Amino acid sequence: MPQTHSSSQSHEDDVPDAPAAPTQAANTDALDDLLDEIDGSLQVNAEQFVRSFVQKGGE
Amino acid sequence: MEEAAGESDAARVMGIETEYGITNPDRSGANPILMSSRLVQACRAWAGQSTTRWDYGGEDPLQDQRGMRRSRASATSDMLTDATEYDEAEQAVTLRRRRGSWEDPAHLNAVLANGARFYVDHAHPEYSGPEVTNARDAVLWDRAGDAIALAATVEYEREEDERVALYKNNVDGKGASYGTHENFLIRRDTDFDDVIKYLTPHLVTRQIFTGAGRVGIGQRGEGAGFQMSQRADYMEAEVGLETTLRRPIINTRDEPHAERSRWRRLHVIIGDANCMDIPILLKTGTTALVLAAIEARDTRLGACELREPVSDVQTVSRDLTLRAPFVLASGDKATALQIQRALLEICRTYVASATDAYVITRWESVLDLLDRDIFSAAREVEWVAKLQLLGRMRSKYAPVDERGEVQDLPWDDARLAAADVQWSQLGTGLAARLERAGSFERVVTDEDVAAAMRTAPRDTRARLRGDMVAARPDLLDAAGWSSVVLDRETTHGDLEVVHLDDPLATTHPLLDSLIGG
Repeated sequence: MPQTHSSSQSHEDDVPDAPAAPTQAANTDALDDLLDEIDGSLQVNAEQFVRSFVQKGGE
Repeated sequence: MEEAAGESDAARVMGIETEYGITNPDRSGANPILMSSRLVQACRAWAGQSTTRWDYGGEDPLQDQRGMRRSRASATSDMLTDATEYDEAEQAVTLRRRRGSWEDPAHLNAVLANGARFYVDHAHPEYSGPEVTNARDAVLWDRAGDAIALAATVEYEREEDERVALYKNNVDGKGASYGTHENFLIRRDTDFDDVIKYLTPHLVTRQIFTGAGRVGIGQRGEGAGFQMSQRADYMEAEVGLETTLRRPIINTRDEPHAERSRWRRLHVIIGDANCMDIPILLKTGTTALVLAAIEARDTRLGACELREPVSDVQTVSRDLTLRAPFVLASGDKATALQIQRALLEICRTYVASATDAYVITRWESVLDLLDRDIFSAAREVEWVAKLQLLGRMRSKYAPVDERGEVQDLPWDDARLAAADVQWSQLGTGLAARLERAGSFERVVTDEDVAAAMRTAPRDTRARLRGDMVAARPDLLDAAGWSSVVLDRETTHGDLEVVHLDDPLATTHPLLDSLIGG
């Protein structure tokens, strides 16, 4: 099963291609807005939240 | 041997079960069984009159698929005890004596007007969606389940005067895992060894588009890092009956909840709970197409067989570059993307409906996006969307070391673990907020989902179950996957069990007369 890549595509790990498509730009704005919204609670409560999230096994 | 398209059944009966994580945000250590039980009560309150109890009378005993195959002839006649009581020509009912109220497990179960079952499973609330015949409907009734569970939390908070939060994920980061199971009916005459051999490579490599993303490596998250799948670290065997320990890639439980001589139910436990539409569409749609190829004994499937599938599950999940090579049974090597592309090409032969064609289109486009640059798939693939958000957090909160150099936030930082869990919270979770902001591709609309909360699929027996619950709950004692139990005034004075052994039967003279009246 040969695999080919078109020459215009880059493969740097973890780095999105620039220039971003319009949908990605919209996505990016939504991410920043979301991070601003949750910033306060994450800074204060993250450790306590993670410690207290305990579930029983299921299935 | 290859069969022409259209040879396989267009309708693939399937369904999804989701166990939700449950917490009281103000009181860690609150009893999850009690909370889940109250949530089912709240769900019943949300449903109003339109609900009934679960029929435990129709459950099949645990049966191993491999054992069944060895002794099919004798076992089948033994197993069909319900069917022998049922007079097909008369569309008759089986009579059942009333049970004592002490036997009533109603507080742990609600059968709903959309054909689903909402109940307590171990220490989790679980939504078992109605039987559907295609991947788009699987998305629709799965998302309807999330909406129902969320509606139940609203009712719960009003009744109990305390908060409750539900999470559509599969791990707590301390070692516990709970499942999201897919069910597919497959033809009984399909060789189960073929299912094991040829479906396994798909289940192992489909993680690249079905994974929900997870912070932490290992069952207790003992290693720092990010991987594609919530469930990968809990898969410890290739084949087996268990779902809670030594979990297998292929589960062999054999309760078809349907005519046993024709069907077996494949119970897939490797999948993640998904908060996005496309992964749900693809995990059910691509798997259904691969099953069609297996049923047709497509010889091309042999090229994809893996030599070490169990360890490959973890390797696929942890290789975010998608470049890791896997050893095939032939000795050749292929990446997960290459195996998926080969399966895609095979499955083109088995397109039998417009939804199948849509699945193929989405499947190919997601593979193209992942191949080009994983972040170009952030609108479609959940682990990528989550990784993109967490990557942004790692820059935003990047610490500066003693030399004044900026470091990415390490993966064991609690803020990343917290965001991983909060991603999946129903209603206010990070995935839900990004979806509302238009960041994800949708397969169904919010209006469709709202309708599917109260309406069953039209093309399976769930229609009969759901419509009875909606129209005549006053006549119902209980309902199960393959039974509707009537409680009405009769000369004999017993309950009447209506058997629905054919999952594709959408009409029934007696039930339709009651629904219509």
